Amino acid sequence: MSTQENGVIQIENVSFRYGTQNVLEKVNLTIEQGSFLGLAGPNGSGKSTLIKIILGFETPDMGRVTLFHVPVSKFKNWEKIGYVSQKANSFNTGFPATVYEVVSMGLYGKIGLFRFLNKKHKKKIDETLQLVGMREFKHRSIGELSGGQQQRVFIARALVSEPEVLILDEPTVGVDTQSVQQFYHLMSHLNREKKITLLLVTHDIGAMTKYVTHVACLNKRLHFHGSSHDFEESELSSLYGHDVTMITHEHDHGGA
Amino acid sequence: MLEVMWKYDFLQYAFFVGIVIGFLAPVLGVFIVVRRQAMIADALSHITLTGIAFHLYLAQSATFLQTVHPLYMGMGFAVAGSIIMERLRNVYSAYKELAVPIILSIGIGLGVVFLSLADGFNNDLFQYLFGSIIAVSQGDVWLISVVALVVVLLLFFFYKELFFMSFDEEQAKISSIPVRSVNLLFSVMAALVIASSMRILGILLVSSLSILPVAAAMQVAKSFKQTFLYAVLFGEISVIAGLITAFYLDVAPGGMIAIFALILLLLVLSGKKYDKIRRLR
Repeated sequence: MSTQENGVIQIENVSFRYGTQNVLEKVNLTIEQGSFLGLAGPNGSGKSTLIKIILGFETPDMGRVTLFHVPVSKFKNWEKIGYVSQKANSFNTGFPATVYEVVSMGLYGKIGLFRFLNKKHKKKIDETLQLVGMREFKHRSIGELSGGQQQRVFIARALVSEPEVLILDEPTVGVDTQSVQQFYHLMSHLNREKKITLLLVTHDIGAMTKYVTHVACLNKRLHFHGSSHDFEESELSSLYGHDVTMITHEHDHGGA
Repeated sequence: MLEVMWKYDFLQYAFFVGIVIGFLAPVLGVFIVVRRQAMIADALSHITLTGIAFHLYLAQSATFLQTVHPLYMGMGFAVAGSIIMERLRNVYSAYKELAVPIILSIGIGLGVVFLSLADGFNNDLFQYLFGSIIAVSQGDVWLISVVALVVVLLLFFFYKELFFMSFDEEQAKISSIPVRSVNLLFSVMAALVIASSMRILGILLVSSLSILPVAAAMQVAKSFKQTFLYAVLFGEISVIAGLITAFYLDVAPGGMIAIFALILLLLVLSGKKYDKIRRLR
């Protein structure tokens, strides 16, 4: 199979099953450098499984995935990939840690064993907190924050090691409407100004299409993949199996 | 108290060991608690008893063992038990908590059999179960000093990995942290500290010093680092007050230490509640 020059994540002919149940069937998807891909699909469509395969937690039964042109099983430069998991929203809220401590975790893998945070790292943590608008909460306990604020802290943790790709799994679940809007503005900023490639997994298609550059629809198989401009409501109906009305579908980024 | 301490070596030994344990047990305890493995301390202490019972049994026929400290065998068993427990946690990945009762049952089961064979149901057993001041020897002091040095160094170097894994093991894995090796290392550290605490605290009360001070610290600490400071503070107060009262009242030190740790926890909890009510007004 030909390798596309710009494909930072390439999914080739991937199938996966749990027991006798097909979860993914022959999925082909290339995520190009600099793009902002929204991966949508109903619950149980295999979105999360696909993410697990990309991150190397699951091995596909068929097909292969490459990250920066290296097969996942041999991939070593994990600091290039930032990940904000769905679980980040349901972590143990009683955990005694400050915002600063949580964000510093994002650097631990990069720093390596037997080494410690230095001044440069601390400055980087401050800058990243500034970027997500959480600097003044630096010394607050993570459990005291609202869902939207916690989410920004977890995004900062993923960003602090300066990844080239950021993967977010259902980041807007359990977050209030205003925070969702702030979230998408932040994502647009990261994509355009910081040139970070984004893969956003969500079942909330309406909110996403305004901001992303590309859309992929998954329901075991890939139903649609292309520019967000070409994405039509009819695609959704075929995906969800019934009529879906999109409330917002404008491509100007000025807001609804 | 000070005058008496100069007179009796065993009191000096007991206080030295107590203060070292009062530091180690709560520090390890912070990680044990946030990793939701609070029961692990109990399982490891019981497997320590199995090792000690096995030593006593062997020493009946192999007389040279009578000069060897039984705690070595206890520590060996605890370390082996912790490694098996880590394995079991991977086997039953969906029911990780199963590892604890499995090790606990093996520990008590084998321990009781060895103790019966060694005619060990006597005063010594009582000291192992509930702790003792007079039983602390110079050998204990050396052994526990070495354990303390090793554990403190390991904690210093692996602090950031342990912290990350305690908070979010999956994310730590993605960040290329060697999660399996560090987990194993942590289990071995926990085994060494638990086995060391047993002399003063007793098998049945080992968890009191690694869990109760941490439970109290979590109520007041603002950060992860502060949690350690408070946990050690509460731990040391419990140990020192517990040893002094146990000596004068002539009761098992493990019990008194647990009681003081509990009093501190209750004080912190009621202080917090009072604070909350005051703020609402």
